[in-house]
Amino acid sequence: MSDLKLPIYLDYSSTTPVDERVAEEMKKCLTRDGLFGNPASRSHSFGWDAEKAVEKAREQVAGLVGADPREIIWTSGATEADNLAIKGAAHFYQRKGKHIITVKTEHKAVLDTARQLEREGYEVTYLGVDENGLVDLQELQDTMRDDTILVSVMHVNNEIGVIQDIEAIGNLCRERGIVFHVDAAQSTGKVGIDLSKLPVDLMSFSAHKTYGPKGIGALYVRRKPRVRIEAQIHGGGHERGMRSGTLAPHQIVGMGEAFRIAGAEMGTELERIRMLRDRLWEGLNDMEEVYLNGDKERRVAHNLNVSFNFVEGESLIMSLRDIAVSSGSACTSASLEPSYVLRALGRDDELAHSSIRFSIGRHTTVEEVDHTIDIVHKAVGKLRELSPLWEMYQEGIDLKSIEWAAH
Amino acid sequence: MAYSDKVMDHYENPRNVGSFDKSDDAVGTGMVGAPACGDVMKLQIKVNDDGVIEDAKFKTYGCGSAIASSSLLTEWVRGKSLEEASQIKNTQIAEELALPPVKIHCSVLAEDAIKAAISDYQEKHGAEEPEQKTA
Ligand SMILES: Cc1ncc(COP(=O)(O)O)c(C=O)c1O
Repeated sequence: MSDLKLPIYLDYSSTTPVDERVAEEMKKCLTRDGLFGNPASRSHSFGWDAEKAVEKAREQVAGLVGADPREIIWTSGATEADNLAIKGAAHFYQRKGKHIITVKTEHKAVLDTARQLEREGYEVTYLGVDENGLVDLQELQDTMRDDTILVSVMHVNNEIGVIQDIEAIGNLCRERGIVFHVDAAQSTGKVGIDLSKLPVDLMSFSAHKTYGPKGIGALYVRRKPRVRIEAQIHGGGHERGMRSGTLAPHQIVGMGEAFRIAGAEMGTELERIRMLRDRLWEGLNDMEEVYLNGDKERRVAHNLNVSFNFVEGESLIMSLRDIAVSSGSACTSASLEPSYVLRALGRDDELAHSSIRFSIGRHTTVEEVDHTIDIVHKAVGKLRELSPLWEMYQEGIDLKSIEWAAH
Repeated sequence: MAYSDKVMDHYENPRNVGSFDKSDDAVGTGMVGAPACGDVMKLQIKVNDDGVIEDAKFKTYGCGSAIASSSLLTEWVRGKSLEEASQIKNTQIAEELALPPVKIHCSVLAEDAIKAAISDYQEKHGAEEPEQKTA
């Protein structure tokens, strides 16, 4: 093996390194000889220059998703954008009704926000998904009521990478005059988004999933037909009063450049990444009892969420120390709960426990993929040797027929 | 999660992995835990005519701490009488492996496993034991 650097990073869905070109642009916005001014300063060139940089970035972000720059509101990330969209719309439209619909497999930034609204007296319906992780449109339609004011469905799922049909969902919302929010933190640079055509009212973005810096994101707020939200952070009235706080030009410029690069390079990048992903899957799938989680077709090119039956996820991660991957979602892997997303697909707890998310990115190489296949084979082999469940499976015992004592 | 050196050692080089023939009269088998909970331990002891555990083997499905707890236990019970082995407490295992609080259940499971193996052996030999609580 040549100069492979270990550990191999295969957790691009968790976060990405800042692209060097992005870092260069960011550096220009920090020090005395750069654009350090406050973009809200109207009385001198320091402010004007910083504002110019921020507005260029706004165009770059809008450009990637087919929006008007005036529809982009800077936030601290997708978590804040989700909060602002959901609470903001719920609060603004509460006189119309207090019913909200979302999905069980959403990110916690959406689910916990919905829980908070429940505490405030809103009613929330959490839709299930089919075994592939997709929302059933008929069920969604049946759940819509006269007092439904908001539907929030993510574009690309962070754990299993499946892509929801947001166009169809948006059309259902349009018919009923319901505001539609989409968490697109995982989709920029991974799937084409054209908000000039998509029936979406609010969309959340994050920079750090797309080779931009952490701590910056944006909320798209449609102007035609106009969607209203109530501000959640009050202060100097920045961002048309929707999100106060001095803008962070270095972060914003970083997000702009990152999204520009995504737009320019997506076509070739995705092809390469898909090739690597397929190579990885073929390499893993030649073992017995290996399952792909999430729809095979409707998924992003870089994600592979795999369950290795009869081995436990945490011990698997332990023997995969040379590769950086997630067990379930990065946010929940500190607890012992199996992933709620995989549970929502109806996966057995055993399979949910043994799931690993591999996510491939801009810097992944063929060598890294091949080495990963090798490491995983060895680890799964070793743990299966240790596993009483594997032994029983090999003896032809149906594990479901056994009455396990819960503890 | 950070693991202690001892957990890492047992995890990297688990001792006494394997299985005995369950139907062998000299063998006691304990299987505790549940796949849905993320850990299942199978612990087997081979007992000689003097009532001494002369060999022990395990297989564990679970996290590193669960694997280490059962691996350690197989080392500890070898050469012990059934009586002595039944005295092993989960707290001793947890202490030896420096398990963090969220992993204490792994040591509890190991204690349950040796108790279950002993009672399986005793049942085979018709010993009049007070009702063992199973895991
Ligand atoms: C789907 C989804 N929504 C929201 C977030 C949160 O984004 P941020 O880290 O920018 O707050 C993430 C990333 O963790 C995500 O994957």
